[in-house]
Amino acid sequence: MSVSPFGVLGSAPVLAGLDPPYWAATLIKVGVVAVLVPTTALILGIVFLFKVMSWMQSRLGPQEAGPKGLLQLLADGAKFIQKQDIIPDAADRFVFKVAPMVVLISTFLLYVIIPAGPSVVVESLDTGVFFALAMSSVSVIGILMAGWGSANKFALMSGIRAAGQLIAYELPMVLAVVGVVIQAGTMNLNGIIAAQADFKLFGVVPFPLFLLTQFPMFLVFLAAAQAELTQPPFDMPVAESELVGGYQVEYSGFRFLFFFMGEFATAFAFAALASVLFLGGWSLPFVASNSDLYTSTAFWLIGPAVLFTKIMLVSFLIFWFRFTYPRFREDQLQKVCWKYLIPTCLVWVSFTAIAKVVW
Amino acid sequence: MAAPVSERDQLAYISNQAADARVNLEFESEGMTLNMGPQHPATHGTLRILAKLDGERVISCEPMPGYMHRGYEKLCEVRTYPQVTTLVNRIDWLGSFANEVPWILAAEKLMGIEAPPRAQHIRTILFELSRIGNIALFLGDLGIQLGGITVGFYAFRDREHVLNQVEAVTGGRFHPNFDRIGGLKDDLPKGWIAETKAAMVKVQKFCDQVEDLLIGNEIFQARTRGIGIIPPHVAESYGLSGANARGSGIDWDLRRDNCPPGLVYDKCDWTVWTHPDGDSFSRSWIRLQETREAAKIVDQLLDTIPSGAIMAKVPRIIKVPEGEAYVATENPLGEMGYYLVSKGDLNPFRVKIRSASFNNISIVPWLCKGVYVPDVISILASLYFILGDIDR
Repeated sequence: MSVSPFGVLGSAPVLAGLDPPYWAATLIKVGVVAVLVPTTALILGIVFLFKVMSWMQSRLGPQEAGPKGLLQLLADGAKFIQKQDIIPDAADRFVFKVAPMVVLISTFLLYVIIPAGPSVVVESLDTGVFFALAMSSVSVIGILMAGWGSANKFALMSGIRAAGQLIAYELPMVLAVVGVVIQAGTMNLNGIIAAQADFKLFGVVPFPLFLLTQFPMFLVFLAAAQAELTQPPFDMPVAESELVGGYQVEYSGFRFLFFFMGEFATAFAFAALASVLFLGGWSLPFVASNSDLYTSTAFWLIGPAVLFTKIMLVSFLIFWFRFTYPRFREDQLQKVCWKYLIPTCLVWVSFTAIAKVVW
Repeated sequence: MAAPVSERDQLAYISNQAADARVNLEFESEGMTLNMGPQHPATHGTLRILAKLDGERVISCEPMPGYMHRGYEKLCEVRTYPQVTTLVNRIDWLGSFANEVPWILAAEKLMGIEAPPRAQHIRTILFELSRIGNIALFLGDLGIQLGGITVGFYAFRDREHVLNQVEAVTGGRFHPNFDRIGGLKDDLPKGWIAETKAAMVKVQKFCDQVEDLLIGNEIFQARTRGIGIIPPHVAESYGLSGANARGSGIDWDLRRDNCPPGLVYDKCDWTVWTHPDGDSFSRSWIRLQETREAAKIVDQLLDTIPSGAIMAKVPRIIKVPEGEAYVATENPLGEMGYYLVSKGDLNPFRVKIRSASFNNISIVPWLCKGVYVPDVISILASLYFILGDIDR
């Protein structure tokens, strides 16, 4: 009888003999996240912002830097680092300087709990989903700080809009996750994946994803994620044609780069959360959670690859909406949230709860 | 019996009152003055909008043009008549050829010359091509202003087809400088008619695409329907013209109602669209329909270009006889007219340019009272102005 990897959460089968001391493990984990955040931001930026966007808008996009312009974002990053770090005279200097870091820290903390394999996870927390949602709201503080600290009217309006929007959209996001948590019976992300791998609809039909039972919640989660990322159609805080970039308007150089990186890395993290919660994460469809495949050495590569594929699919959706829709007005945005998304969630949560008890 | 109030207590009381007054003064919400422009992206040019806000609500809103004033009316007085077309090209820079036409027609009217039928036909075709080039960019800009940037790129892509055709005839993509008193500079190049017909098919396709992607979009409709409503009598009293007037239900088009001689709109079959709502959506929708109608007009005129000369007999040195004339045409932005006073010299004595955007933008303070900040953007985008057309 093979042992389910979920029984020994957090202890890696391959590295079982390796047990580094706490400080070394922490350093390794910090290093992994510190490499992952910019890399994923770079991947999403190049693939979606440059290539997919220009393909959708029937234009070429960057062509010069590197083969087919693939290094354009690296060149841009190098440019941003060289630029002067301008701080407006009237700005609240400390708040202004710290704001991009706060935004980026919330992104870093999101990456901590995302599992890329049964044991490929920085920290497998039993409160995984809760932690993710809590950390994603930290970025509101950063954006509000940027809006206030810039001493710019456009930035201030943007910061206030962002605060209203991000706090309002926390609620549908939490409710969308609640349905999954009820169905899985755990908040641990690996547990949710295992529950999906073993899930049988009505106790009979094998049904590997929560996507179809929780489809409305998936849509709500995507909408809320879009709003949390302040991307169109929910980009009032940035709204370059009204607020001229909003809270980012006074930032230049590497501080702007931090915002940029934060936006795309968070997009990646939300896509990862969506694929873990609704698409089965690193698990393969119709392979039960106690399969030997998941404990094999090869799955150290297969798991992340499967998750990455799913993340790219979800990100494609996120960026597709972003490039297609015009933006809402602030009051219409709140109306969408309170009148449509939250009632949908409540209905579906109660439906899930009843279904959970019945089957 | 109350104890007498000491002087110290009195002073303390007074200073407390003063402090309270100061605090009240500090916390009283005075609103915020927001200066949009002259470099704001929503003003696509150098329009400055001074808005007084109460939160997200606009209390008052004042457009301040003048950052791009180039003094064309005065400059015209020191140019000969044919030289003026170079200047007026740059008034509405997106539909440049359309700016030349009323000027040439005014001069022709004073001189008593009429262009040959072939020149009139081609003139009308180019007029409509510049209308398509102009309004296509409006549709794209509308998308950009409201956050759907993809439409903007589609507009630039498909406007190219029209600009290529204009370039093939005139040699200039933006400033053709092609219209002459008594005709046109040159005849059409070989194969141009078939190419233009193909371009018109692409324009129709572009219009369908915009309708799918933007005008028919629920978010777009939520952003524009019922926003910035102009009743017909207000539109008339502010002197709105073009699609802005027709969007308020005023059935008035200078191409149909008061077409000056020299343009052949009476020879084709087309519709003047009006919309009863008068909101931002109706103005945008009218412009979309107008692009389709313009493509239809071009398509019909291409079939019926008569043969013959391209220039009438015109003296080599043009002196316009003494007199006054006002000729207005339906330009992409609305009514554009030149009031021309001649004393019989090489140069005009006085020129007054009536450009559409200046009047269209004058309604902004009336229209933007009490709306939200994002609505200012959608209203400005739907009113559609070109800075060169405001400031001249």
